[in-house]
Amino acid sequence: MKISEVVSLLNAKVHCGGDQLDREVHSACGCDLMSDVLAYIKDQSMLLTGLVNPQVIRTAEMMDMSCVILVRGKQPTEEIVELAEEKDIILLSTPIKMFSACGILYHSGLMDGGEC
Amino acid sequence: MQPLTLEFPVSAEDFSHAGEASGAVKKTLKDLGFSPAVIRRVSVAMYEAEINMVIHANGGVITATICPDKITVVFADAGPGIPNIDLAMQEGYSTASETVRDLGFGAGMGLPNIKKYSDSLDIKTELGVGTTLTITINV
Repeated sequence: MKISEVVSLLNAKVHCGGDQLDREVHSACGCDLMSDVLAYIKDQSMLLTGLVNPQVIRTAEMMDMSCVILVRGKQPTEEIVELAEEKDIILLSTPIKMFSACGILYHSGLMDGGEC
Repeated sequence: MQPLTLEFPVSAEDFSHAGEASGAVKKTLKDLGFSPAVIRRVSVAMYEAEINMVIHANGGVITATICPDKITVVFADAGPGIPNIDLAMQEGYSTASETVRDLGFGAGMGLPNIKKYSDSLDIKTELGVGTTLTITINV
């Protein structure tokens, strides 16, 4: 699935990386606990989270994720957007809640793709 | 390849910048052509340890030594020390503050994660003096 499709499915706002929406993602995870992302998640390319701080971007960086989606209408600070830009991570936000956002993406063919 | 040594000061309570050293080492390893699997293991172990330094130890110094066959990272701090290492190694045990938990950490997964991703983990700690944590990842 292209990230542009994710944007459309989740009615998402693009905060940075708008020129890279043709990048493909095959798997995602939804998590608010960054330690769990670091511990259990394998090879997901996208992180959905309700947590809004720079460590979300840094966690995605360490796990080689290409896209972070803030759920429940959360908005990133300027500092977070700048960090995402620097790390070449596409940053989106959606008004949709975590459970529904994950459900929409899963229903559309995105898998969890990792071991837990 | 000669061993490459990189040193990074880590500031106390500076959550915004926690992870910069790990990011810099990750980039260096990528530039040097290490495999993605090795880079991932170093990145995650290092990042958790770097977060720990900020959360618990008033910062410190990280020294990463990169050799073709292994990567060694030493995290030295002059923090309060770890009273009970066995307890600290248990998944779920944490002494982190609410502030830290709000950041998505402090779930008691730091040291277990570091151990999981490292080939060796050595902790030397003394109460009131500090902690030196050494991790090695074999290539």
